[in-house]
Amino acid sequence: MSLLRELYQEVILDHNKNPRNFRVMEGATKHVEGYNPLCGDHYTIFVKMDGDVISDVSFQGAGCAISKSSASVMTSLLKGKTKEEAEQMFNHFHKLVKGELNAEENLETLGKLAAFAGVSEFPARVKCASLAWHTLQAALHDDAQTVSTE
Amino acid sequence: MEIASATYIEEKLKAPVPVESCRFHFPLLRRQVNGKPLIYFDNAATSQKPQVVIDAIMRFYHEENSNIHRGVHYLSTKATEAYEEARVKAQKFINARSIEEVIYVRGTTEAINLVAATYGRKNVNEGDEVLISAMEHHSNIVPWQILCEEKKAILRVIPMNDDGELLLDEYDRLLNDRTKMVCLAHISNALGTINPVKRMIATARARGIPVLIDGAQALPHIKVDMQDLDCDFYAFSSHKMFGPTGVGVLYGKKELLSAMPPYQGGGDMIKSVTFEKTAYNDLPYKFEAGTPNIEGAIGLGAAIDYMKRMDLDAVAAYEHELLTYATTQLLEISGLRIIGTAKEKASVISFVLEGIHPHDIGTILDYEGIAIRTGHHCAQPVMQRFGVPATARASFAFYNTKEEVDVLVKAIHKVKEVLG
Ligand SMILES: Cc1ncc(COP(=O)(O)O)c(C=O)c1O
Repeated sequence: MSLLRELYQEVILDHNKNPRNFRVMEGATKHVEGYNPLCGDHYTIFVKMDGDVISDVSFQGAGCAISKSSASVMTSLLKGKTKEEAEQMFNHFHKLVKGELNAEENLETLGKLAAFAGVSEFPARVKCASLAWHTLQAALHDDAQTVSTE
Repeated sequence: MEIASATYIEEKLKAPVPVESCRFHFPLLRRQVNGKPLIYFDNAATSQKPQVVIDAIMRFYHEENSNIHRGVHYLSTKATEAYEEARVKAQKFINARSIEEVIYVRGTTEAINLVAATYGRKNVNEGDEVLISAMEHHSNIVPWQILCEEKKAILRVIPMNDDGELLLDEYDRLLNDRTKMVCLAHISNALGTINPVKRMIATARARGIPVLIDGAQALPHIKVDMQDLDCDFYAFSSHKMFGPTGVGVLYGKKELLSAMPPYQGGGDMIKSVTFEKTAYNDLPYKFEAGTPNIEGAIGLGAAIDYMKRMDLDAVAAYEHELLTYATTQLLEISGLRIIGTAKEKASVISFVLEGIHPHDIGTILDYEGIAIRTGHHCAQPVMQRFGVPATARASFAFYNTKEEVDVLVKAIHKVKEVLG
């Protein structure tokens, strides 16, 4: 049970059941759809920019507990952050879920993101965890309107 | 490692296989996954292989490997013989009239693409219609979509009811003078529905419309008989019927195949080549360009031998019992809904759990050593029809047991505990 419990931590279960910032945003600067064709996870991420600062971020859609909680945690962390800070967070997150960053040694940098450390033991789920982040990247970079993880 | 001899394999292939003991012929089923005995419930994606199939492939590489239809030397003759013997086995297994009607392909997907690109291109024109069903695998949708786009033809879809059964009245109504082709799954991989293909073939053929049947999910579960079904094309994959990957069969009626242009050009599909003109080879070779999957065909032949030793009616009865048992057990879990409740069903159960995404179910079951498929099963229109983004799917073969189903049920309770 332990590895499973590490994957499905309280933080993840909580954000899955009660996703934060789970709404369509009026007057968003940009919204981008993210799609994981393998499992059907599908989200739209909305961002409102104030210059270089993310003044608001929200999401809508459906998917597994990992992808949904990841989107929720992400939106709860990003409000008020600059593009660059968001990018750095994504970097840490990406390394964490791929098992390239030790959660315990980096608790301070990771904050709530540390809850996703267990994902690295489940390679099939890395894409779920990263979907929202990839989608956000596209939103911040004026990329395509749709992101697919395949 | 010791390699089984030809006689040993042949003898093994002759002894009858009772359903109860066949599990022991599949070496992979003995392994553990995540520290638990493996429970393999992903048979609709691909089946496991019995030892005799593995041995036949090994023996080919140890004793007979060489190219076919090319050399006069001993090994090439042996390899060609083995390759062609397997074709005869396939022909007899599906009761095709002759080996000319049995074309080796990479699998179901390639078989359908072949028909769309040759028969379809030649016979479907602007304003014509191609009729498929609402429960097709992407393999039996996309090739027709590509064709229809190219030819400005129209793709029409036979609808289904909430149980996942095709609406036959609608089907009859949809057939018309512009319908140039009907393409149907024999058994749905996402829902398990066994379609009344014989009746549907008869209706279409009475109007002179050719029918292609996607038999990918049928071969591992039921007897199929080309002359009895009287379809024009039938496609299946070796890997879903206990043979190796990378090979399959396109059955086609000889009259149709003869009139079709070739699919790919290259070696083996020609009689003579000059820079001015190429004379194509006879059937079935006309559609087999390049060095084929020789060991695959031989492995498929061994898989057919294996299946022929089983009483396929007993297999169907056993699988039906397993299906009924699993359905009853699963429905006792609160919040569990089965997608696909047709009266005629193969041993495939797609389900959803309220408030829990199939992907999370899959991960937790895997942790318990249970392999199921989660996702859209390459049938996104089916998911849309039932209003779910994905399902979890347990699909059984004759080597699965009720005890394994019990473990599945327990593990689903655990899923609810972890995520509830
Ligand atoms: C009904 C059906 N049709 C077609 C296919 C495609 O078969 P293959 O991938 O072997 O070409 C499958 C396999 O997933 C299937 O279940």
